[in-house]
Amino acid sequence: MSTQSPKSIGQLSFGLMNPEEYREMSATKIITADTYDDDGFPIDMGLMDPRLGVIDPGLECKTCGKHSGSCNGHFGHIELAAPVIHVGFAKLIRRLLRGTCRECSRLCLTEDQKEEFRGRLDRTRALGQDLNDVTKAAIRQARKKDRCPHCGETQYDIQHEKPTTYYEVQQVLASDYPGRIAAAMEPDENSDRTSPTDLADKTGIDPGRIQEILSGDFRPRQDDRTAIESVLDVDLTEEDMNKLMPSDIRDWFEDIPNEDITVIGIDPDKSRPEWMVLTVLPVPPVTARPSITLDNGQRSEDDLTHKLVDIIRINQRFMENREAGAPQLIIEDLWELLQYHVTTFMDNEISGTPPARHRSGRPLKTLSQRLKGKEGRFRGSLSGKRVNFSARTVISPDPTLSLNEVGVPERVATEMTQTMNVNERNLDEARRYVSNGPAGHPGANYVTRADGRRLKVTEKNCEELAEKVEPGWEVSRHLIDGDIIIFNRQPSLHRMSIMAHEVVVMPYKTFRLNTVVCPPYNADFDGDEMNMHALQNEEARAEARVLMRVQEQMLSPRFGENILGAIQDHVTATYLLTNQNPRFNETQSLDLLRATRIDELPEPDGREDEEAYWTGRSLFSELLPDDLALEFTSSAGDTVVIEDGQLLEGTIDEDAVGAFGGEIVDTIAKMYSRTRARIFINEVSSVAVRTIMHFGFSIGIDDESIPAEADTQVDEAIENAYERVGELIGAYEQGDLESLPGRTVDETLEMKIMQTLGQARDSAGDIAEDHFASDNPAVIMAESGARGSMLNLTQMAGCVGQQAVRGERINRGYENRTLSHFKEHDLSAEAHGFVEHSYREGLEPREFFFHAMGGREGLVDTAVRTSKSGYLQRRLINALSELEAQYDGTVRDTSDTIVQFEFGEDGTSPVEVSSSDDEPAVDVEAIADQVLESEFESDTEKSRFLGEGTEPTNLSEHADEWWLAQSGD
Amino acid sequence: MTEYDLHTDIEVIVEDSELPRRLKDEVYSTIEDRDVTVEEADEILQATESQYVDSRVDPLDPVGTVSAQSIGEPGTQMTMNTFHYAGVAEIDVTQGLPRLIELVDARKEPDTPMMTVHLEEEYAEDREKAHEVVWNIEATKILQLGDVSTNVADMVVQVALNEDTLRERWPTVEDPIAVAEEISETIESELGVETAQRGLAIQFGPEEPSYRDLLQLVEELREIVFKGIEEITRVVIRKEETEKGEEFVLYTEGSDFGTVLDIEGVDASRTTCNNIHEIYRNLGVEAAREAIIEETMNTLEEQGLDDVNIRHLMLVADIMTNEGTIESIGRHGISGSKDSVLARAAFEVTVSHLLDAAIHGEVDELEGVTENVIVGKPIKLGTGDVNLRMSANEQAD
Repeated sequence: MSTQSPKSIGQLSFGLMNPEEYREMSATKIITADTYDDDGFPIDMGLMDPRLGVIDPGLECKTCGKHSGSCNGHFGHIELAAPVIHVGFAKLIRRLLRGTCRECSRLCLTEDQKEEFRGRLDRTRALGQDLNDVTKAAIRQARKKDRCPHCGETQYDIQHEKPTTYYEVQQVLASDYPGRIAAAMEPDENSDRTSPTDLADKTGIDPGRIQEILSGDFRPRQDDRTAIESVLDVDLTEEDMNKLMPSDIRDWFEDIPNEDITVIGIDPDKSRPEWMVLTVLPVPPVTARPSITLDNGQRSEDDLTHKLVDIIRINQRFMENREAGAPQLIIEDLWELLQYHVTTFMDNEISGTPPARHRSGRPLKTLSQRLKGKEGRFRGSLSGKRVNFSARTVISPDPTLSLNEVGVPERVATEMTQTMNVNERNLDEARRYVSNGPAGHPGANYVTRADGRRLKVTEKNCEELAEKVEPGWEVSRHLIDGDIIIFNRQPSLHRMSIMAHEVVVMPYKTFRLNTVVCPPYNADFDGDEMNMHALQNEEARAEARVLMRVQEQMLSPRFGENILGAIQDHVTATYLLTNQNPRFNETQSLDLLRATRIDELPEPDGREDEEAYWTGRSLFSELLPDDLALEFTSSAGDTVVIEDGQLLEGTIDEDAVGAFGGEIVDTIAKMYSRTRARIFINEVSSVAVRTIMHFGFSIGIDDESIPAEADTQVDEAIENAYERVGELIGAYEQGDLESLPGRTVDETLEMKIMQTLGQARDSAGDIAEDHFASDNPAVIMAESGARGSMLNLTQMAGCVGQQAVRGERINRGYENRTLSHFKEHDLSAEAHGFVEHSYREGLEPREFFFHAMGGREGLVDTAVRTSKSGYLQRRLINALSELEAQYDGTVRDTSDTIVQFEFGEDGTSPVEVSSSDDEPAVDVEAIADQVLESEFESDTEKSRFLGEGTEPTNLSEHADEWWLAQSGD
Repeated sequence: MTEYDLHTDIEVIVEDSELPRRLKDEVYSTIEDRDVTVEEADEILQATESQYVDSRVDPLDPVGTVSAQSIGEPGTQMTMNTFHYAGVAEIDVTQGLPRLIELVDARKEPDTPMMTVHLEEEYAEDREKAHEVVWNIEATKILQLGDVSTNVADMVVQVALNEDTLRERWPTVEDPIAVAEEISETIESELGVETAQRGLAIQFGPEEPSYRDLLQLVEELREIVFKGIEEITRVVIRKEETEKGEEFVLYTEGSDFGTVLDIEGVDASRTTCNNIHEIYRNLGVEAAREAIIEETMNTLEEQGLDDVNIRHLMLVADIMTNEGTIESIGRHGISGSKDSVLARAAFEVTVSHLLDAAIHGEVDELEGVTENVIVGKPIKLGTGDVNLRMSANEQAD
């Protein structure tokens, strides 16, 4: 065990590295391009030198003596035969070359200017803005100077040929200067012929010299040249591109004084410009580029190793050639090749450079590529990691579980462990786990002895080991009922996508969850998989239980209402139970309530044929808190009245108990407690399941059929619409159609046709609706808000209606028509995707085709949308992730910048206040009424209302009995 | 507190509480309406306070992430290609997810710029007067005023102005000939040609007879704005119900907020536009913040996602305007200007951030969230930000 005390990283500082430092930290110099010898041993001073670290288990590192796993690896180095440019800094090198003097290497700015830029840099640094804007401006200023303000040397322009070649551009005398002069001396429209004597006179050059110049025997000097140029109005120069070798650049940069580079934002304490030209190449440790042994025993090397092999090969050839005195041309070629390999070693996606490829043709993944992007080091390995103690499997529903629970398959429970610290009190328990072994369910997988030694529990040693367990040991026991774990479904779009559940160990192989937690996870059971994480320390378990448990996440911070609640069949069932207020006899009533905590029926609502009966509403009322009072409108349209915990009238449906803001659930969660609301939701769903079993509920194709006379009416309505469309087209063709303001006639026609056909579908829907009985299952579902809408029903029974692509009628396909069965320019409804049949009747082939077109658009839309909104969310989270509410109510980021003085202008939590109704979070009037009328049945209730004492938040499911007794409900 | 007729005892308790001013006043007025004893008042206050404390955001709540999720999550439910402005069918406006992205990106120019121009009282009630404003806003080009024809034989462009249109668009000018004169002057100064104007006919041609120049002139003529604002291609006038009755409201396609505010008859206090940068330039950063909230809320509402709590939108607007200018959410704005190198590198353009950091000798103080996740330290948010510890020696009672 290490004796070091744990340390934490205080800060990270970035800078360039001195080549000397590379040499110092290097474990070895690498000179051989080969990796292993024929016997499979790493070659000394080769790329797999054992001093660079170990990857094979069992071997010892020659540098630090540690074994694979604990040795982090050690850098080596390659002495480059000639300096090469670091591609990442190519732009900065260009800037420095342009801004500094070619002779004295000083920045071409006066002291005053330097001071100014230093000041500007400090200011932008303090403001946290981009330094590059200032440094760019400084270089622009420096570049303007023709001569160096320090040594007076003329400055030349620097040309940069991407990625890493630099030229100095000088104006020199053109090689064909005699010809150019002669040509200029010839007469043209503006001037007469200039004789050599005239030229001599005008320029003041000796006539003999002029002759020599004209014959090409003498190269005119600088001042003679300018004289001739001005007299003859001719340009005698041409550009001379002088290539700057990396070694030249390095020499140049070495002389830049420290105080000058601060002006362009470089910190001389950490980075010197000449270090941007590499003379030594660090070789990453083997642990960073492990080789893989394939099944056939062959070794396959990492991409980085391949690249390093290339570099070393060229490096060797370079040195050999230079020693052999090879011609300059060959040396330069090799130099360029070396530059290419070093460039692609660092970044293999430079534009203009062909990427280095693997033998198979796949581009190599070199240093930059390892860092970049979603699967790169930063996003893939540092911000997000793979974890232990996690499991993933298919989910399936189980209505008998509480919403706080999750069914965990035994396979998972025996794999995920929790650490038990053994002491006198749990010794027997711990021994029992160990003796059960790793395979028996509440067993154990590992034990850690008091001396820190970890032992695996096996079938063979479990009995023996169990006896040895004593206080001070740690036992990694299996998950058991009641353990808290974290459960997650991707995409994790909001915080309710990750919640804590209590474990219930179950047979079979799927995670089981109560259907009411589907909305927050956005889960269904068509093959969805979910992830589970077992928590590994007490702090995490406590936080998960208090903050992350499903019941604590009941209210969504997005809209401030409940996101848990009855869904689908539950809603249908509560509707059936309360809408017509049916009667139940004692057996039936007890059956409905059998899965709840209610074991005694209330007073019967009345008697029928000498038999006591209970109504659906009074049975439902049993689930409500005793003193609940509420009044609201249900989605079925009637008014729901609840007084003293009794449902007096109204239908309980989506708006009452549904997920996404069911009134009753929302009120209980806010006014009572999350625990009470959890009990309520659980009971509503169990009663609902019994109810729907009592009534029976199914839907089939015949439920959407309408009588023949209704069909005729629908056909008439559509026929009418066709007629009106025909009239519109007629008017359009006559030129009588008046355009809407700001629209062309064509657009107006389209809009009017769309409108007419829309109305046609609606009226078909209305006709169909009139012929549906109120006990039609589809109607019940639509009305109660359980599933589906009247529109769905219209399309099934009446008419599917107009299909649209991009918000318009279908207008694509052939030239001037949608399909070849129509005449060109046919504007009629059927030619542009109006589907007059219903889904039940079935679609005609062309209708089906148009329908598929509309459907395709929907699919494309979803695909595009998910990626766009995913990116939007990532950006939002990244921008806002640092904001936190403080004790003083302000919202600040982690560097304490105030963003809001009071969250949301009033400091109210978005969880507590619903965004849809305008009621204030605190209603003083209501409080006063409550206090003055003293409607408290007990003291506990009163003290709860006054906010004395706090609700326990970390109660397990199993403490419900106790909790209910406490709350006096 | 003399305005309330109260026992001083009650006043003492109320003032002693931690309620904000608004709630204290509400407690006073509630108590005033009823006959209460000091004990009852105390109970009311206690209950109010407890509910108030319950409704507050928890300290150390990561409100930023919650807000980001609350806006991002409904993004998956929004449609991609929606146009059509609710209410004004005549003007197409980008809606849905693209519009939300546009707002959060703080684009310099929205895809479909538009303005809602409210009018001052006298103009708002009178259709004629309202139209006067319309013609001062909508760009009037030559094709809307009359017919343009080219006479190749004489090498001239002939414009025949329509008298009715002139009267309509220049309602304040009595004589259409005067307008024609004005138009011809504009043409002269814009195109640099001599014009001959006779009645409602205007004629001009290139200096030297050239077929190309002639066509060129016609092209340029079409671009001249004779009246109104160049950016605004169309104005729709609509009658809308208000509390005080009906008024005319103008909706414009294209926007030039600054100019419109100065036009006579425009009610600058109610006129808005959907370009947050224009609002920022003309009305300042606080107005821009309001505009961001308003526009995002409208976008969500239009998609039927009106249940998103406005507090989340406020936080987004506040972080976007925190620097005093509008910053976008993303690489070029807030995420790109973070102090931490690691946080920036982990977001986008990883490599160049690292290289720059090396050159500038940057130091990452590891204060933010992302950095600490990367180095494996607890983040300073939520339970990670609590410094309170229970002493091992002291017993809880």
